[in-house]
Amino acid sequence: MSQPISVYLNSILVKRRGKTVLGPIDLDLKVDGFTILLGPNGSGKTTFLRILHGVERASSGVMQWSMPNEQAHQAQAYVFQSPIMLRRSVRQNLAYPLQLIGMDKDEISSRVSEWAQKIGLQDALEFPAPRLSGGEKQKLALGRALIRMPDVLFLDEPCANLDGRSTREIEDLLHDATQVGTRIIMTTHDLGQARRLADSVLFLLNGTLHEKGPASIFFAMPRTIEAKAFLNGDIIE
Amino acid sequence: MNEIWAGIQEAVRLIFSLDADLIGITLRSLEVSLTALVIASALALPFGTWLAIRRFKYRRFAIAVLNALMGLPPVVVGLVVYLMLSRSGPFGVLGLLFTPFAMIIAQVIIITPLIASITHQAMRELWSEYHDLLISLNTSKRQRVAALIWDGRRTLMTAALAGFGRAIGEVGAIMIVGGNIDHVTRVLTTAIALETGKGDFALALGLGFVLIALTLMVNFAIHALSRTEREGTW
Repeated sequence: MSQPISVYLNSILVKRRGKTVLGPIDLDLKVDGFTILLGPNGSGKTTFLRILHGVERASSGVMQWSMPNEQAHQAQAYVFQSPIMLRRSVRQNLAYPLQLIGMDKDEISSRVSEWAQKIGLQDALEFPAPRLSGGEKQKLALGRALIRMPDVLFLDEPCANLDGRSTREIEDLLHDATQVGTRIIMTTHDLGQARRLADSVLFLLNGTLHEKGPASIFFAMPRTIEAKAFLNGDIIE
Repeated sequence: MNEIWAGIQEAVRLIFSLDADLIGITLRSLEVSLTALVIASALALPFGTWLAIRRFKYRRFAIAVLNALMGLPPVVVGLVVYLMLSRSGPFGVLGLLFTPFAMIIAQVIIITPLIASITHQAMRELWSEYHDLLISLNTSKRQRVAALIWDGRRTLMTAALAGFGRAIGEVGAIMIVGGNIDHVTRVLTTAIALETGKGDFALALGLGFVLIALTLMVNFAIHALSRTEREGTW
């Protein structure tokens, strides 16, 4: 395992059209193992994740990773809720992140075959990626994110529209990734999935962080009324 | 109907007799329009892509102007270029008026906005699709533009072909700046206008069919070269 990674957020606030969608958030997060960002729809999970990864900028506040920004970006990957496929073949989609960092061709081709095998698309390498099924696209997006062996992987509801089998395949891939040292931060509103995967939990509601802590404690003894209600399956607004 | 039939016969006769004038005119048409296309594409494809990616203060205004320029009347373009290149104009000393070079200038001005506008439209859609991914992968500006141009190459080709279509069929501007001089600046469209004026409808129609065939051939050739419609629908 490489050196510990953490991220520090100070009064992070995101506004859209004058309305606060996230924050203010103050947080000193040690990024380790599997962190689940839990909350109902519209609680600001996606925005929070995008801020952490830097695809979106906060309206105000400071965020700093425990390493220089450029290095942090290079060591992160993100899987979007609806997978973005390059209009190329499966092989070229997998190879693209490696080409960007100037890896040599033999190494790229061996890694691509390895990952195609892992995500079960080894027979579809020449198939146009935009024409894959939903589950296959999501697996390809995950493989493309993991192929650079990131230190931190962000996932935004990766199993939102998938059936049980695809969900299990993706969870297996995520489990393997954590075994080789990739830290994962993932949003979900699926409690079952959160219980299966989480090492620690951040509970978001209405754009603010209501609770954080180890998964075992959060699920057994939530401190706030809102978290308790959410875990009971009540509809909270 | 008689004229059309006579036109087809005339076209066949012209083509199979390898009429020297026809070949000269056709080659000049191709030369002028293809040169204009290459220059206009070199300007418009990067510019349209840049316009799609870059956010700046007067962007909306720039796009509105660009779209308006698509409808630039060729006759007016011809007139302005004429005035610029005429003996008393600012570039008169160069002696470019009534040369193929002047015709190329006019056509570049006419088709650049068209190609840039179609490019911008296509690239904007592709960019909104790719934006998050390319940012997430920590790509440089150059890598982003390269990815967009490569994955949008088929739409860019359509943009270029639209430009070529407008250039090869254009008559107003090149008539004014070229002067329709036999063996110097006469191209298919200006020859058709001349023959129609003279009342030789068969020859005019014959030239017209040659022009249409030429356009089709160029389109087929470019499609074949770029292998469209063969690798899926993206």
